[in-house]
Amino acid sequence: MVAGLLTYAIIKYRAKDVDSQSEPAQIYGSTQIELAWTVIPVLIVIVLFLTTARLIFAIQDAPEPESALNVTVVGHQFWWEFRYPKLGIVTANELHVPLSNNQAPLPTYLTLLSADVDHSFWVPQLAGKTDLIPNRVNTTWINPLQPGLYVGQCAQFCGVQHALMLLRVYVDTPEKFAEWVKNQQQPAVEDPRVAAGRRAFETQACMNCHTIQGTAATGRFGPDLTHLMSRQTLGAGAAANNSQNLRQWIKDPGTFKSGCLMPAMQLSDEQIDQLTDYLSTLR
Amino acid sequence: MSENSLPLAGSIEAASSSGSAGTILEWLHEWVVTVDHKRLGILYIVYAIFFLLVAGAQAIAIRIQLAVPGNHFLSAQAYNRFFTMHGTTMVFLVGMPILFGFANYIVPLQVGARDMAFPRLNAFSFWLTAFGGLFLYYSFIGGGGLYGVGSAPDVGWWAYAPLTARAFSPGHATDYWALALILSGFGTLGTAINIIATVISMRCKGMTMMRLPLFSWLMLVVSGLTLVTITPLTAAQIMLVIDRYLGGHFFDTQAGGSAVVWMHFFWIFGHPEVYVLVLPAFGIANEVIPVFSRKAIFGYPAMVAASVGIAFISLSVWAHHMFTVGMTSFSNTFFVLSTMLVGIPTGIKIFNWLATIWGGKIRFATPMLFCTAFLFQFLLAGLTGIMLAVAPWNWQLHNSYFVVAHFHYVLVGAIVFCIFAAIYYWYPKATGRMLSEKLGKWHFWLFLIGFHVTFDTMHFLGILGMPRSIYTYQPDRGWNTLNMIVSLGGIIQAIAVLIFAFNLVWAYFRGKEAGNDPWDAWTLEWDTTSPPPSYNFAQEPIVRSRRPLWDVKHPEDPDWEYES
Repeated sequence: MVAGLLTYAIIKYRAKDVDSQSEPAQIYGSTQIELAWTVIPVLIVIVLFLTTARLIFAIQDAPEPESALNVTVVGHQFWWEFRYPKLGIVTANELHVPLSNNQAPLPTYLTLLSADVDHSFWVPQLAGKTDLIPNRVNTTWINPLQPGLYVGQCAQFCGVQHALMLLRVYVDTPEKFAEWVKNQQQPAVEDPRVAAGRRAFETQACMNCHTIQGTAATGRFGPDLTHLMSRQTLGAGAAANNSQNLRQWIKDPGTFKSGCLMPAMQLSDEQIDQLTDYLSTLR
Repeated sequence: MSENSLPLAGSIEAASSSGSAGTILEWLHEWVVTVDHKRLGILYIVYAIFFLLVAGAQAIAIRIQLAVPGNHFLSAQAYNRFFTMHGTTMVFLVGMPILFGFANYIVPLQVGARDMAFPRLNAFSFWLTAFGGLFLYYSFIGGGGLYGVGSAPDVGWWAYAPLTARAFSPGHATDYWALALILSGFGTLGTAINIIATVISMRCKGMTMMRLPLFSWLMLVVSGLTLVTITPLTAAQIMLVIDRYLGGHFFDTQAGGSAVVWMHFFWIFGHPEVYVLVLPAFGIANEVIPVFSRKAIFGYPAMVAASVGIAFISLSVWAHHMFTVGMTSFSNTFFVLSTMLVGIPTGIKIFNWLATIWGGKIRFATPMLFCTAFLFQFLLAGLTGIMLAVAPWNWQLHNSYFVVAHFHYVLVGAIVFCIFAAIYYWYPKATGRMLSEKLGKWHFWLFLIGFHVTFDTMHFLGILGMPRSIYTYQPDRGWNTLNMIVSLGGIIQAIAVLIFAFNLVWAYFRGKEAGNDPWDAWTLEWDTTSPPPSYNFAQEPIVRSRRPLWDVKHPEDPDWEYES
């Protein structure tokens, strides 16, 4: 409306060359008009504010139902750790949650922590973002009503590879979710054909940063790799999870994500082949 | 001789400061040791324009990198330094200096004084600010130097803790950021003190506070706001340096410190800071719009009250930058209210400008073109600001390109447009020559088009979920075409700015002679020569209204009969 009045004014009150000598009527103010255009905005603000306030309380202070699934999210430079405390599951970067519905809601409540700097959990099509702040516990919730894959990424600048700290949230039907949970609760697959690779993993520095359930590797600095092959990407979305990329990642993660905190381990080609074969069995 | 006793043009001696030019060294020396507010004003402005071009180049580099997904024009490390330096430079080395530069030049003239209250403090403040800026830029060649990407800060212009701790930012990038800004911050404080003292105690006879030109009023308000708001930033930066080197743990979350406290400190500075940047732009609009609409400003007392109101309320809104941090519903709600409230006096100002134009006889010379665009753009920026004030909406839009679009709409669409208007308006006063109207119109239309191509489009990128501060993005997010459009708009703006830079230089040598009062304006700076002599006015002016020159030009209908 104001823009319309402005447009009208700049067209109608253009100086026409003919009468460039005389000045227009000088109007210094008008108490009534000024009062009106103060009071009306105040009223608009009051209405807008009350509506907003109601919504803030409804979202932030929504009571957590019994049926809610609890997930703890720990932000790291530059990957996401997901822990399902009541289900005994630890995974990374790709979150699976059950589908909810309006009759018997099954929301997922996320507890947000950080292991290092500020991060922010943002999957636009599921919810607004909430920050992960070290030395602080935040919570948020999602109540997805449509199954499928939802993508997002870290939304608080957290360092050099902030741009490649991507999120994939899979909203699964109840059956698929139960299947996924069951698989994630198993310890790592033990395939004797790749025993050499498993040994390489346990004797190289890999085990210092990564966990593989059921092996000697219990590191917490990097993602849990127990079910690496159940994920579709590597490096929090830096590359597709296939054997070629996996090999290159192990050789030099900087190829995909320069500045990420996993160093190139200077391994021999043979060791890298063994490790790739081993990790490729971890479904 | 009229009752006003204004020193009319004819009785002022011609400026003789350039008479005995001497060698280049003598000329340089004059500029280095000057304490003349006009020369210092020009130094500030030239310094700021230089950094405008530098930060603009950084922006173009950023846009080239983001024009296509998965680009390799800038590495992640380089990109992060570029966007940090772009923001830091534009706020501290362009915005603040250029606006304080205009204040330096214009305020003493508008109040009828011979110089600022403390000329030597003035000079010291400028050189401190200038040194701070050069120190910041030295960071590019520190560290890895020109073989790497140096040691320029790469933590965002907001430098959130604990990313800035030694554990997560080894090296000196963060130190350059903190120390350079501490230095230039003291320079800013000196100028703010000077402006306050000058406006309060050096007004000419008859100039009550309610007869002060609005640009000077706003610079007074801004200076007060600056004194309050720079302090938390400097304090936080000192605390950061203590954390990094002296064993402090203010923001060290591994040792019980608080990341959120940094955010509070930074935004208690950061939000009023943007009002420090925008209020002078309002001041410029308050000068240009009446003169080119040929009408007095509508509702002068309300404009003063609104400006003071904005300054006070702006001190209470800072945590709207922190809606996603996990504050309680009560806290979030408070900041929603305060943020919406600051929109009220701001809206009143827009209505007053509209009423000033209404019924006028608008001359669309280049300054007015920029101010007209400012009105539309600031209106839209205010609306997206209110959208962002709605916290639940903010939870989606925070840290997305919607926010980037909103604040560039204010910073560029309002502030830079008004700065351009100010340059076209006051360049004749400072140099005695008019800028080319033809080049000015090319500058305006190209910049307007480029601005809208870039920043209108950018809002949609934010709504589509693109976060900020990312050096690249995936090709399957649906952002590719929009990013390309945004980048192309940047190129158009760059061309416009180059035309402008050329105009500045060309007009200095070939511009039309301006005379004292080329725009037929009404405030005291137009009552002396162009450029003014070093002493500004031969006799102290005596005024009886807000528009002393209107009274002289219209003795049958002077303002003082109508002003309340």
